[in-house]
Amino acid sequence: MNKRAQFDKVSLSFETPKGRLKVVEDVSYDINDGDFIAVIGPSGCGKTTMMSMLAGFQKPTTGKVLFDGRPVAGPGPERGVIFQEYGVFPWLTVKQNIAFGLTLNANRVPTAERDATCDHYLGLMGLSDFANSYPKHLSGGMRQRLAIARAYAVKPQFLLMDEPFGALDAQTRSNMQNLLLKVLETEGKTVMLITHSVEEAIYLASRIVVVTARPARIKQIIDVPFGYPRDESIQERPEFAELRSHIRQLVMDEYRAQQAQMRPVSFSE
Amino acid sequence: MNGAGVRRFGLGLLPWFGAILLWYAVRWSGFVNVSLIPAPHQVAAKFFELLTREGLLIDIFASTRRVFLGVALGILVAVPVGFLLGWYRPARTFADPMINFFRALPPIALIPLVIVYFGVDELAKLVILFYASFFSGVIVMYEGVSQITPLYIRVAQTLGANQAEIFRKVIIPLTVPHILTALRVALGVAWATLVASELIAAQRGLGAMIQNASTYFLLDVIYVGIICIGLIALIMDLILRKITARLLVWQDRAIA
Ligand SMILES: Nc1ncnc2c1ncn2[C@@H]1O[C@H](COP(=O)(O)OP(=O)(O)OP(=O)(O)O)[C@@H](O)[C@H]1O
Ligand SMILES: [Mg+2]
Repeated sequence: MNKRAQFDKVSLSFETPKGRLKVVEDVSYDINDGDFIAVIGPSGCGKTTMMSMLAGFQKPTTGKVLFDGRPVAGPGPERGVIFQEYGVFPWLTVKQNIAFGLTLNANRVPTAERDATCDHYLGLMGLSDFANSYPKHLSGGMRQRLAIARAYAVKPQFLLMDEPFGALDAQTRSNMQNLLLKVLETEGKTVMLITHSVEEAIYLASRIVVVTARPARIKQIIDVPFGYPRDESIQERPEFAELRSHIRQLVMDEYRAQQAQMRPVSFSE
Repeated sequence: MNGAGVRRFGLGLLPWFGAILLWYAVRWSGFVNVSLIPAPHQVAAKFFELLTREGLLIDIFASTRRVFLGVALGILVAVPVGFLLGWYRPARTFADPMINFFRALPPIALIPLVIVYFGVDELAKLVILFYASFFSGVIVMYEGVSQITPLYIRVAQTLGANQAEIFRKVIIPLTVPHILTALRVALGVAWATLVASELIAAQRGLGAMIQNASTYFLLDVIYVGIICIGLIALIMDLILRKITARLLVWQDRAIA
């Protein structure tokens, strides 16, 4: 299989006023064409940092991050990113936000096609009634869906998604998950997804990378034994439950390790 | 106008009535020599006299034009300079002390030098107003620009924007609010500097009018001049605020 992205002995530290902060340590894995990688690990461990090296915003301190065999030099439209902070443009309306990528030289399309794409995603994301509203009038979950629509609209081959469904209610979340599976089925994308939900990771991913508390190291890489296309019925399968308890255990261990790292705070007088 | 609009208008008018009442009260209290405080109605009468017989409108026009030109030129230069300083940290480290040095100098202290280098004509007054507008505007610009978060630029990059597109479609919209604020601040500062700039042998203008009146101790004329300056500055600010509200409908503001 064709290797799309590679982490090769990657470490990254930040220089902070309090000294060097090791955030990613000796991480190696490959992401093949058509893979769906889910990354899971405790909050603050370095997942976003790991992803932003592949997105092109952060350079590894040591080791190499390759995309299509070449070291990542910077961001590019072939790697779509859905940011944890959404980053919807406040000065553009909902529709203009979705259209943004399609107005750029890199992926310019005729106006009619752009309108059609916008309407398509407005509908899918349940934002049609707000097409001409500014983001200040949207709820957190709506902003998140807007960020997703904007990224999907330019049809990147590789999607980097940083907790893309974190702000959504359970119902919308599962809609969005199914929508993502459908998009993958028709457009054949490669995905790296960061999530805190074990169920989401198993339901969507072909491989799950469990990372340790900071600095993020690879704790275990788990192959998910379900093929695509998938539907919600796999969540009833015994393998699903087994995998879930296994991964939960791993994540819980790391969560405890992280708690132990932190300075104990006493609230007793 | 709807009910809320009327109420807001009333609320804005109320302090003016209060100020006029206080003005009369001070006059009648007997603490101050009445000849030193012309009454509001006397000032109003003087206003109409100046307006109809002394060409007050010419003074208003002369001053407004000076302020307008000074601010326009000052902001025209302050926007790119402030932008560069806000955007490139080395530029800021390099120029910041210099800017703060010049900003601290009161324009009135520069008048003798301005006269030496630029003469006593219109140009000299413009230079003073330009100076005041530029340094107040440039600070607002670069403080604002340096606070633009990189997130939106990153988003645009991942969607495929090139440098020119990032500038046109992301940085400019994010800069507009700061340009408008710089404009408002500069306008305020320029009106405040007007009287000083008209110290330079001005024939007409509200500042010149005030200074001539002070030579002859015409207190009512001084009051008219001061109130005119305040009112015109207020009107310009209101217009600018309306424009701002129009251009920045997308902004999430705390005040309703
Ligand atoms: N630019 C930076 N400079 C210094 N420290 C940073 C920087 N970016 C992130 N960090 C630190 O790196 C660590 C990991 O951050 P990161 O955002 O990668 O965590 P995360 O795993 O994505 O967490 P979460 O699940 O809460 O989003 C944190 O301790 C954070 O304080
Ligand atoms: Mg994160």
